[in-house]
This record gives sequence, structure tokens and C-alpha cells, in this order.
Amino acid sequence: MSVRIEVDGRSVFIGTGSGHPAADASPVVFIHGAAHDHTIWVMPARYFARHGMRVVAPDLPGHGRTDGPALTSVEELADWMDRVLDAAGVRNAAIVGHSMGGLVAMSLAIRHPGRVKSLSLLGVSVPMTVTERLLTAARDDEPAANDMANGWSHSARGRLGGNPNPGFWILGGGSRLIARADRGVHHADLTACNAFKCDPSAIRVPTLVIVGEADQMTPARSGKAVAAAIAGSRVVSLAGCGHAMLFEQPNQVLDALIGSVAIKA
Amino acid sequence: MADKSGFDTLSLHAGQRPDPVTGARATPIYQSAAFVFPDTDFAAGLFNIERAGHVYSRLSNPTNAVLEERVAALEGGVGAIATASGQAAMHLAVATLCSAGDHVVASRSIYGGTHNLLAYTLPRFGITTTFVNPRDPAAFAAAIRPNTRLVFGETLGNPGLEVLNVPAVARVAHDAGLPLLIDSTFTTPYLMRPLDFGADLVLHSATKFLSGHGIVIGGVLVDGGTFDWEASGKFATLTEPYAGFHDLVFAEEFGPQAFITRARKEGLRDFGACMAPTTAFHILQGLETLSLRMDRHVANAHRIAEFLASHAAVQSVSHPDLESHPDHALAKELLPRGAGAVLSFDIKGGRNAGRVFIESLSIFSHLANIGDAKSLVIHPASTTHHRMDPKALQAAGIGEGLVRLSVGLEDVDDLIDDLGRALGRAQKAVA
Repeated sequence: MSVRIEVDGRSVFIGTGSGHPAADASPVVFIHGAAHDHTIWVMPARYFARHGMRVVAPDLPGHGRTDGPALTSVEELADWMDRVLDAAGVRNAAIVGHSMGGLVAMSLAIRHPGRVKSLSLLGVSVPMTVTERLLTAARDDEPAANDMANGWSHSARGRLGGNPNPGFWILGGGSRLIARADRGVHHADLTACNAFKCDPSAIRVPTLVIVGEADQMTPARSGKAVAAAIAGSRVVSLAGCGHAMLFEQPNQVLDALIGSVAIKA
Repeated sequence: MADKSGFDTLSLHAGQRPDPVTGARATPIYQSAAFVFPDTDFAAGLFNIERAGHVYSRLSNPTNAVLEERVAALEGGVGAIATASGQAAMHLAVATLCSAGDHVVASRSIYGGTHNLLAYTLPRFGITTTFVNPRDPAAFAAAIRPNTRLVFGETLGNPGLEVLNVPAVARVAHDAGLPLLIDSTFTTPYLMRPLDFGADLVLHSATKFLSGHGIVIGGVLVDGGTFDWEASGKFATLTEPYAGFHDLVFAEEFGPQAFITRARKEGLRDFGACMAPTTAFHILQGLETLSLRMDRHVANAHRIAEFLASHAAVQSVSHPDLESHPDHALAKELLPRGAGAVLSFDIKGGRNAGRVFIESLSIFSHLANIGDAKSLVIHPASTTHHRMDPKALQAAGIGEGLVRLSVGLEDVDDLIDDLGRALGRAQKAVA
């Protein structure tokens, strides 16, 4: 069952992976990407919950079931995550982020280092430049922006499916998820990604970077550059995988996370 | 590659990659009841939906999964389930959304098997249906009750070929916080994608045009991922903890794919009306040529409709692409590539003329099916509806001389010759 907490006077939805964690369970926090919500984490969330960890997978402001409006910078989102962890009673945690969520995770590690025991960054780059075409579409023509972002998030092969989750057409699922976002949320998120700057070398916690070799949104070389800047980091490279790695290669992503997120049995 | 693939590319490729072990280009038939777990934790993960993969072929199968992805892609949905038949797909949809005490509003011009399920069988389980005129969206609205959970119709009515105003009926359903389920068997995603017009769920008897060869029985249920189950507040199966899966709340954890996940994790698991993998393979072979076949089906149907409309032995012809059809304008709007290849006509001379006509055909096959590559014919008054007297037939919109054709892919001139000869014999017999 999910939980709800209040942050800044707004109701925040927290996915738990259907877990029933013990009071002293180690927390793992999942931060989703632009115009997404906590449902992208369903498989790893359920895995870590079953293994006794306390899963905290919030919907960011204005996303999914959390009240809006959307925040407009990665730094604001990182500070908001700090307050979410306060409200949830989490002192520090393994932090996992995808795409924009990865930037939020990095910013959290830099701005609130005491919160972060380890980082797992999926599909990240610094900077995360967003094309003017996509930004304009996100502002003026959200269905077109959805088509662009969703299409580019899948590898060329992934756009024809053949994903390992039986019966799911992930291109359609990705499109519907973005379409659920309130008006303006996608543009706010992409603008935040585009503006974000940080120095990854300031990160001092064990870090895993997962890159998709066929990622068009955050190319593998960009993710590897982020990893190269973080002392002691590791890279897991997924052959043939696009930016939507949680859907294209869910088992490989989970395998990588298992090695990064410490499990308290 | 473009951001989105075209219909024919998806028909050939969606859901399948060359086999990573053997390099097989065609989809292999994974004729295996169960699948080996690499280790115990992975096995637990599969059962708990943490891992992607297969456990047991009632729940999922790699061959079926290709078909499911492909049909979901062609329909523009988020996922699909292959079922043992179209009837099984219908039952799976109803059983996923409705419980005892719930109610369905359905078009009254639907496949007889579906009518049987809704009118006679489901009431034994506490689910009742009100049937309404498919041409009257207001009738759908008027029939909705507080306990209604589903609105249902077919793209083309059976046997009247009424064109369902999918956008209008979808608005009616959505205004009442209900999903619209469409049986799209007659038209396939090549002629109409109901999800694009506001439907939320789509089903097919894949036995028909999707496969096109008439050699297997199968169905597919597609989730559009568009309906907001939580906002509706009427669907506890999707928004409340499910004790049958450790209190999983499907809408919370699976978002747009909540319906299709519940349908698999409950309905397919418990009712067990799964598709055989060999069947999925056969349907996939048909899907590869869907657009080519449908264009030919429609072209042949148009030629035959014109031939019949001008024949002295024919009283009337019904096909939505004919200007004389009451839904012609709607058909042009919703079915611009053509309104399918099933048509009906009334032969002069009533029941006896119909019987002689059918027995005189040599290329058309007399059987109870549609959507085969081969042309098919049936005379409802002497077969499927033979117990009805003339008055009952009239009430059902079935004339005593009504003949239904499913036009196939043969040379159309040969089909017209066959029809012309049989019409001549029928008229001699009743002269």
C-alpha cells in the first residue's frame, strides 16, 4: 500500500512497492524523470520492498498523485526531496534516479550530502541539454512533445517492441504516462533539466551510473563522463538499450541496482 | 528511424526480434508449458512482478507475447492479452471490471455468442445487461444505472452492419465515469482504431480478419491505457487492495497498464482461457499481411455490393459503404478505408429462395464464420436463427430472405459469377 505525507502544505504520494518494512529497514528512494511518476519504478520497488527495504518512491510535485504545481528547477526539486525525507522520517538513504530524477539525486547529494548513502543514476548527463524543438513543443504542443520525448526515449529497436515484459507495448505505455501529466508539467521539467548545472566531482558517495548504449536522450558517453567525474564510481553499460531502460531492459537494470543498493536482509 | 513506425512495419515487426539464440527470423513457437527459473530469487521475483519473463503458459508465453505486443501496437494501446477465443476476451474484460450486482449497457446488434453471454449466462453470476439501439447514443445514456460498469458495442453491428458512433458513445460512457469496450472484429485496426475515437478497451475475435486464414480460434483484449479508473471511483478491482495478490493496488502500481495487468494476474490466472502458442503463431502469420488483405477484402466487397444492388433477384443490399446505407456518412468518417467485407442482402422469394441460393453456390462456403480468406455465406433464417418465426426475425432485424456474405480474396469476377448463377437458380425455384 502507498502512503501519503504532507510537505509544504501539499499532499505527497509515496509508492512503497507494496512493502511492509520493519521499523529499522534501510530506505531506498526512487526519483522519477520528466512527466513521469512513481509507476516507472514498479519492478525494482517491489523487489527491494520484498527484500525488507523501505521503499520511498514519491510522485514529484504536479506529477502522478502529488499536488502541483510542478517545481521549476532541479535544485528546488532536490530541496523538496530533502523535505520529503524529513516528513517521511528518513535520515539518509540509497538514492536512485532516472533521467531528470538522476539530476535531482545528484543535486541532493551535493546540496544535502548527509541524506545520501549511495547514488544510482540511470540515463543521466550533465548538462542535460534539451533541444529547442522539444522545449517549444512542450510549451505549445504537448502531444507533439510527447511523441518526440517518448519516441527518442526508446532505442530504434525498442520502438518495435520485443520487450521482456509479456503483453506490454511499452511505446504506448510511455506515451500514456506522459499524457497523464498536467498541462505545463512536461515543459517545466524539460526546462529544469535544460538549465541544470553541477559539478559531479563534488559527489562523495558510492555511485553507480547505468547507461544505455542506444540512448538518444542521454547518450552513453555522457553518462560515462558523469561517472568519470565522480571518484570511485562504477558504470554498467546496457547494450542496445535506450533511455527508457526500466522498460527496455528491466531485468538488467534491476541486476545492476541490486549491486548498488545495499539490502538489509 | 522515425519516432513512430507505420502500420505495415508494425504488422511485420512489432513485438518480435530475431531469436537471440538461433537467429530465427520468424517468431518461434515456444511450445512449452513452463519456463525454467535461473534461481530461486529470480523465481520469486517473477511471481511478485519484479522481474520480466515467463512462468507458465497459462499466464504468459513468449509466442503469445509477440502477438499481444503486435496487436497492442496496431491498436495504439498499452498492452494486450491473447485469449482462447474472442468470447474469452469478452469474458475477461467483463470479469475484470464487473462483479455480482453490476450492470452492462450494450448495443443490441452484436454477435450472437456475445448476446448469449450477456443476456443469459452472466445474469446467473449477478451481472445483468441492458441492450440498446446502436444508432442511438442517447439510448446508451438512458440505460446507464448507478451500478453500470461497462459500455459495449461493435464497430459494425451484426447482422445489421450498423456503424457504431464510437466518439459519441465514448462521450456518453465517459460522462458517466465508465469505460467503452469495442469489439472491432469486423474492421480490424487497419480500417478503424477505436482507441483513436475515444474507446478505452478493444477486443477481437482473432479467428476472423486478424488471422485471415480460418484455421485457428483465438481472441485478443487490448487496453488503451486511457481510462482514469481512480477518478471514476467505480472500479474497486483496480483501485482497492487485491487480497489475491498481496494487497496489490493495480492502478497505483501500474498506472496506465492497470487494467491489462489485473486481467492477466487475475482473469487469465483464474479463469485460464489462454491461447495456445501455436495459435498465436498462426495469427501472427496472418497479421503480417493484414493491410494487403483488408484492402482486397474491401475492394471485392464493393464490387459485389454493386453487383447485388443491380441484380433483379435482390431486394436490398446492406453495406455501410453504399450510399443507401443509413450510416453511410458515419462510415465515411470513421472507416475511410472501407467498412469491411461483411455485407448482407435480401433475396426475393424469402426463406426458400435463400435456401436454394446457398445450396447453389460453389465458391462461397456455407458456414458460420466471417473473415476467412475464402468467401463465406450464411442464411440466418435457415441456420443460426431457424427457430425464429417471421415476426421474431423481423424484431431482430433479420428478413426471411437475408443472406450474409463475408467476401474473401478470390478473383472477384469468379465470385460474381458464382453469386449470379446461384441467384438465378433461387429465382427459378420460387418462380
